[in-house]
Amino acid sequence: MTLLRRLFDDRAFATGAVIAGIMILIAVFAPLLTKLAGQDPTTFHNELLDSARGGVPIGRFGGISGEHWLGVEPGTGRDLFARVVYGARVSLGVALSALALQLLIGVGVGVAAGLGGRYADAALSRLTDLTLAFPSLVLAIALLAIVPQNWPRPLLLAVVIALLQWGGTARITRGETLSLKTRDYVAAAQVSGAGPWRVARREILPGLAAPVLTYAALVLPSNMITEAGLSFLGVGVRPPTPSWGQMLSSATTWFRADPMYVFLPGGLLFLTLLAFMLVANGVRRVIDPRQSEVLR
Amino acid sequence: MTLLSVRDLCITFGDTPAVDGLSFDLEPGGALGIVGESGSGKSATALALLGLHTRATIDGTIAFDGLDITKATDDRLRAIRGAGIAMVFQEPLTALSPFHRVGDQIAEVYRLHTGASKKEARARAIEVLAQVHIPDPERRADAYPHQFSGGMRQRALIAMALSCRPRLIVADEPTTALDVTVQAQILDLLDEVRTTTGTALLLISHDLGVVAGATDDVIVMRAGVAVESGPTDQVLVTPREPYTRELLAASPQPSAARPISSPPLLRVAEVRKHFPQTRRRGLRRLEPVKAVDGITLDVRAGETLGIVGESGTGKTTLARMMVGLIPPTSGSITFDGVPITRRRGRSVQMVFQDPLSSLNPRRTIGESIADPLRLQGMTAPRIKVEELLVRVGLSRSLYSRYPHQLSGGMRQRVGIARALAPDPRLIVCDEPVSSLDVTTQAQVLALLEDIRRERGLTMVFVTHDLAVLRQIADRVAVLHSGRVVELGDVAQVWEQPQHAYTKELLAAVPVADPVEARRRRAERRSVAR
Repeated sequence: MTLLRRLFDDRAFATGAVIAGIMILIAVFAPLLTKLAGQDPTTFHNELLDSARGGVPIGRFGGISGEHWLGVEPGTGRDLFARVVYGARVSLGVALSALALQLLIGVGVGVAAGLGGRYADAALSRLTDLTLAFPSLVLAIALLAIVPQNWPRPLLLAVVIALLQWGGTARITRGETLSLKTRDYVAAAQVSGAGPWRVARREILPGLAAPVLTYAALVLPSNMITEAGLSFLGVGVRPPTPSWGQMLSSATTWFRADPMYVFLPGGLLFLTLLAFMLVANGVRRVIDPRQSEVLR
Repeated sequence: MTLLSVRDLCITFGDTPAVDGLSFDLEPGGALGIVGESGSGKSATALALLGLHTRATIDGTIAFDGLDITKATDDRLRAIRGAGIAMVFQEPLTALSPFHRVGDQIAEVYRLHTGASKKEARARAIEVLAQVHIPDPERRADAYPHQFSGGMRQRALIAMALSCRPRLIVADEPTTALDVTVQAQILDLLDEVRTTTGTALLLISHDLGVVAGATDDVIVMRAGVAVESGPTDQVLVTPREPYTRELLAASPQPSAARPISSPPLLRVAEVRKHFPQTRRRGLRRLEPVKAVDGITLDVRAGETLGIVGESGTGKTTLARMMVGLIPPTSGSITFDGVPITRRRGRSVQMVFQDPLSSLNPRRTIGESIADPLRLQGMTAPRIKVEELLVRVGLSRSLYSRYPHQLSGGMRQRVGIARALAPDPRLIVCDEPVSSLDVTTQAQVLALLEDIRRERGLTMVFVTHDLAVLRQIADRVAVLHSGRVVELGDVAQVWEQPQHAYTKELLAAVPVADPVEARRRRAERRSVAR
């Protein structure tokens, strides 16, 4: 396919796509990978910890060995490779599904506000302002605290994050829609008899792709960090389920004694965000016919 | 002693030559015109005169007052710009800073070059503003650019150019963004400035009519090469080169109007469109803007009705109401007896002014033309789209191209193909050729006329250009502040204009005949006095 080939001709995109792809594969095949390593994320290994030094793993770099590929967790001795691999499931799953929901709500509300009448616009815009102005962290904690314990936490997290943070997307979409709808090609479509739905789908939505994708690349990291924050505060995923955010926050107490424990989730988080940013940028460039070829 | 002497000027951007071996001389106080279509290298030449190119390779010499500009240091260039050679740009709104008062901007330039005190500079600013006939210059010097009309802004720019008493003014398309009557005033002003101050003028334009009355000599450029040069009276009257002849022939020619007395197809009755002002002053609501203020006219089946007016006369609003894009505040528009809003998408189509913004940049042109066909229930419109492409003089293979890959003329052909797709009976064209070069304009006009005849279409042609109307329209309606001030057969309106505004418009039309252009200027001057 020519579109794919054009995408992979962009070296930055190719790098990002490969890294992002590996991350997703890791998340999907987490059980298989841990089995391969012969470990699981919840077994304690007290014999690997130096109790004289407060539970720091014995050995170099956080106890890296042939058995524990990335070392073990200080304090508990759980296998870090297994926890990182399972953590990818939660972190990526929550952040990506929250992003999908956010874009759905945000673009929907934004286009409706931009194309709708004066009153629809006013109502939807004020609603957007309201969600943006609300202290979302407090609300998230409250929401997550009242939900029954047996509901699936990652899904719940994604929904809560999406419901609280679609405002930015909606605003950007509305502004862009307002500017796009004054273009003559929208008028041309209307003259040939296209109704509002058709105009939105055929003329407005393609023009929204670039700004929305760029924004999405910024929202994804913030989703991962929100998940991390909520897990840190005890309202996210529940222990012993691992997530990168949770690992990062528990690492804050260990970073002097066991720096490896900080670098692992931190580095992974950084790498993933960079990869998705490169992917979004590449896609944005390729879907814009004006930018996809060499300068005129 | 020549003031400006250009020898073998070559300007190259990367591998693309913009100007290739241009030579000319300009005497002090002389006026030289450079005429050419887009891409002819005329603007690149203007920028080179001021040493404003940053990424171009420049060969040859540009001697201004004995100094070679191509080799001058940045410091010398800065001293020359403004004081020796001043530039008047095309778009007066972007050439002025929106955050500073007009008088301050002129004073700033003057102080920079002369080191005068603030007081002296302000006095000079007021003096030059008076020289370009800004009424009440002392008060208007404190105005911001947005408080000026387009013509006043261009006057202010000329005043700024004059402030340091330059020896040469380079005017690059100084009137392209302006209405015809204002264009005539600005050209008259440039001519007056030249004779009263002795400043030489280099006038660059795509419009032969603009250059005809304002210059002594003219250079016709094409693809970076001077095709023909010589005295204006000779080049524009008895051209030697075929390209010059082609250019002259491309300017719209009057054609015989057809007498049409068929029943009306589109009836516009007492139509008004008022736009409420959202900004309030105090507690009182502002008066609404009356874009269209009580227009009644019929478009007869089979005719071409021209609607002419300057910017702000409501002609675009009227055109958009005619196709049902915006509803009138009051009054009715009926097509074949049915209100227009209910007929939308079938029998009335529109061709837009800017073909780039009227085509979705993210969709192929084939898709854009196919859309109206799909709306009519056609499932495989590709064959019909390709037929339409061929009909408007484009190749079938352009189906999968994007708008930015096409030239302006080709884009407008696509716009016409899209309007034709649903087999309309009436096409409303809103300034369809005003952004095109003169030869392309002639081709597109011929195409429109061809298609109109072939399909028996009725056409409404909205434009600011009277010469174009004279060629294409059967009847003409002259619009002035939202009203029709004159409506009649083209020939009759031309020969015996009744309304004062029509007379003013007709007098301002630029003509490519230098003698006639000078006669009209003299006439305008005597009227002004």
